[in-house]
Amino acid sequence: MAEAVAGATGPLAVRGGGTRGLLAEGAVLETGGLSGITLYEPGALTLVAQAGTPVAQIEAALEAEGQMLAFEPMDHRGVLGSVGEPTIGGVVAANVSGPRRVAPSGACRDCLLGVRFVDGLGQVIKNGGRVMKNVTGYDLVKLQAGAYGTLGVLTEVSLRVAPKPEASVTLVLEGLSLGDAVAAMSRGLTSPYQVTGAAHFGERTLLRIEGFEGSVRYRAGQLSAMFDGARIEEDAAGLWAQVRDVSGFAGHDAVWRISTVPGRALEMVQGLDVDVMLDWGGGLIWVAARGDVAGLHGTLQQRAARLGGHATLVKTPDPALPRFQPEPAPVARLTQGIRAKFDPRGILNLGIMG
Amino acid sequence: MQMPEPNGAILAKKARIVDRLQAVLPAGAVIHDEAETRAYECDALTAYRCPPLAAVLPSTTQEVSDVLRICHEEGVSVVPRGSGTSLAGGALPTADSVILGVARMNAVLETDYDNRYIRVQTGRTNLSVTGAVEADDFFYAPDPSSQLACAIAGNIAMNSGGAHCLKYGVTTNNLLGVTLVQMDGTVVELGGAYMDAGGIDLLGVVCGSEGQLGVVTEATLRILRKPEGALPVLIGYDSNEVAGACVSDIIKAGVLPVAIEFMDAPCIRATEDFAKAGYPDCEALLIIEVEGAPCEIEEQLAKIKEIALRHNPVELREARDADEAARIWLGRKSAFGAMGNINDYMCLDGTIPVTELPYVLRRIGEMSKEYGLEVANVFHAGDGNMHPLILFNANAPGQLELCEAFGADILKLCVEVGGCLTGEHGVGIEKRDLMSHQYTPADLEAQMAVKDVFDPKWLLNPAKVFPLGASDGHRAAALAAE
Repeated sequence: MAEAVAGATGPLAVRGGGTRGLLAEGAVLETGGLSGITLYEPGALTLVAQAGTPVAQIEAALEAEGQMLAFEPMDHRGVLGSVGEPTIGGVVAANVSGPRRVAPSGACRDCLLGVRFVDGLGQVIKNGGRVMKNVTGYDLVKLQAGAYGTLGVLTEVSLRVAPKPEASVTLVLEGLSLGDAVAAMSRGLTSPYQVTGAAHFGERTLLRIEGFEGSVRYRAGQLSAMFDGARIEEDAAGLWAQVRDVSGFAGHDAVWRISTVPGRALEMVQGLDVDVMLDWGGGLIWVAARGDVAGLHGTLQQRAARLGGHATLVKTPDPALPRFQPEPAPVARLTQGIRAKFDPRGILNLGIMG
Repeated sequence: MQMPEPNGAILAKKARIVDRLQAVLPAGAVIHDEAETRAYECDALTAYRCPPLAAVLPSTTQEVSDVLRICHEEGVSVVPRGSGTSLAGGALPTADSVILGVARMNAVLETDYDNRYIRVQTGRTNLSVTGAVEADDFFYAPDPSSQLACAIAGNIAMNSGGAHCLKYGVTTNNLLGVTLVQMDGTVVELGGAYMDAGGIDLLGVVCGSEGQLGVVTEATLRILRKPEGALPVLIGYDSNEVAGACVSDIIKAGVLPVAIEFMDAPCIRATEDFAKAGYPDCEALLIIEVEGAPCEIEEQLAKIKEIALRHNPVELREARDADEAARIWLGRKSAFGAMGNINDYMCLDGTIPVTELPYVLRRIGEMSKEYGLEVANVFHAGDGNMHPLILFNANAPGQLELCEAFGADILKLCVEVGGCLTGEHGVGIEKRDLMSHQYTPADLEAQMAVKDVFDPKWLLNPAKVFPLGASDGHRAAALAAE
């Protein structure tokens, strides 16, 4: 990999499984050759894998030990209609984090303990490691999570994994408006009952509780008592997979992912002719639309800038639209400076992040 | 510990620098008298001292920006300081630097329970962030042992942890946004009250950068609802290996205690003499705390007990009420005081994979004999963050150096088994020269490249984190560009 990058004479498009619809300009550089779990210690809750390792292979290995990736990475194939095998490198490069983001286990970046990558000059660089607490030097691990390959080609990642909960139930509230749904999810998330998922789509608002059987029963009872007409769904894995994968928006031409303060979710989408799904208690808004969306794209990014947050175009009918929200000038200067250091020749994944 | 020679040209223009700083700050916010600057000569790593050129105590982001702009124009180094509780020398001044203390900036700016965040000025202490929301049953999770004194600014600089991070994560996992002032005075907002970064995660690299990328003046922190209750259990074993195996089995079984603390025999005996907590006289003690409603606590403790009993403990003591819980914690919380009572000590904080605990404890025991210095171990076992305390006599010639050499060997051992030099204290000056044991020159270059972008003149918190030999080129290039 280092030789391939060092020897490159033009732009490189890094490709893991190719399922996330983000292939850049230039010669395709596949990570599939770097595949395999290099270390898995269930007793230490750590797993190290090469970047091209299929997510499915990692999940199978974890399943065999009763463990999981706590951050529930989204599978983009449904909503994008893409084919291929999602890789762990792609998950990390895009910092793909699912519904459990609201729990202390956090996002993909929070579970990422270490990385090895090849920078734009072909040098192999390591940062972080495989232990949960590590403040040795600057945290380039966080910098790589969500950099979409613009700061180097990931070759190996080290992750904190989690035990699978013994039990999981979901409280379902029917028929709430968007505003009422956000308020209900906030009540759930500010209760002491450790909600590990809070989403709203269609007519349903979902609050998930996980853990040991007795504890889950107790908390589900307490939480239901807080709401009128709450129903307890014993097996909601399918519903949570729909939330995670945004599969309900497979038929739309354009899908945005908006990160904002939950209390501003309603304002973000008010008066727009769009379909909406909320995750992270309203802090993550999935917006979907059909037809020509250029005007809508501008509106969403302006609102995100005004209300606090950012809107990213995940599925686009028009490749010319900039996917990422422009950053304020002083932040953009820092971003450009960092990119110029890690990729001085300006060849890695051009065009994806602007 | 080698520090760069003070810059004579800066020392010579002290009066001019002080004048310029006084012009932008309120009366009394610039300390330059030699007797008074001595108060800033060190942090909690007291073996190293050096009074700064001056110290400033700004009250607003604008004042911080003015101070940094002036120092940038004059080519003066700036050492940011929270409460000065760093154990790694993170706030150690140089003779030609200005200390920028954020202690006067301690206001709560906004509290939002529905959206689960608080925004504070960073001079506020860690414990008083929780203090501001506690009456409403919320808390800020990271809890370094110095939380009564340490400032959020320092927590962000060092990415501080604490006893409860096994469940709740460390500072970086609970930090949503910051106002950062760059060395040239530019003010940038990174992140916000939302849950992920817009572009590349600059907030992620600022957290833990030891005050070398900018001065964080305001922070948006995630707050959580308090659990209904918590109770500890104390388990004693006759060997470190067995206690280590028990920890690993508990984690593997899916129990996620908020804390798993580990004390070895020398530590148990010293604290028992000091605090009389009634601990059993055994080789290894675990204190495991779980949270929730009474029925949830009972359920988790039952699973922990079942696993613990499989390993034949010499003692298993439960707390039936708050009083008994406090007695279980008493010894652990007195551990550092107990050590200080019998001797000078150096506290390390290397982290290792949990599965390597028994081997590393055995090796530390062997090295202790080779060096002829006692070691007591008390640490966060759940996440492998060790805290070996090396006992020495600071007044005996050569003992500090011997102790430092022993400490370096322990940290190298941590790296060898797949761990790292520091889990929560930071590199500072203390571990600066060990960095090349964990990182290759290219790894260090990549980190220093980030500093080049944020602080091209290399003026912020000089001579920390990177070995001087490794950063020479960067500092020389910065000077040449002047």
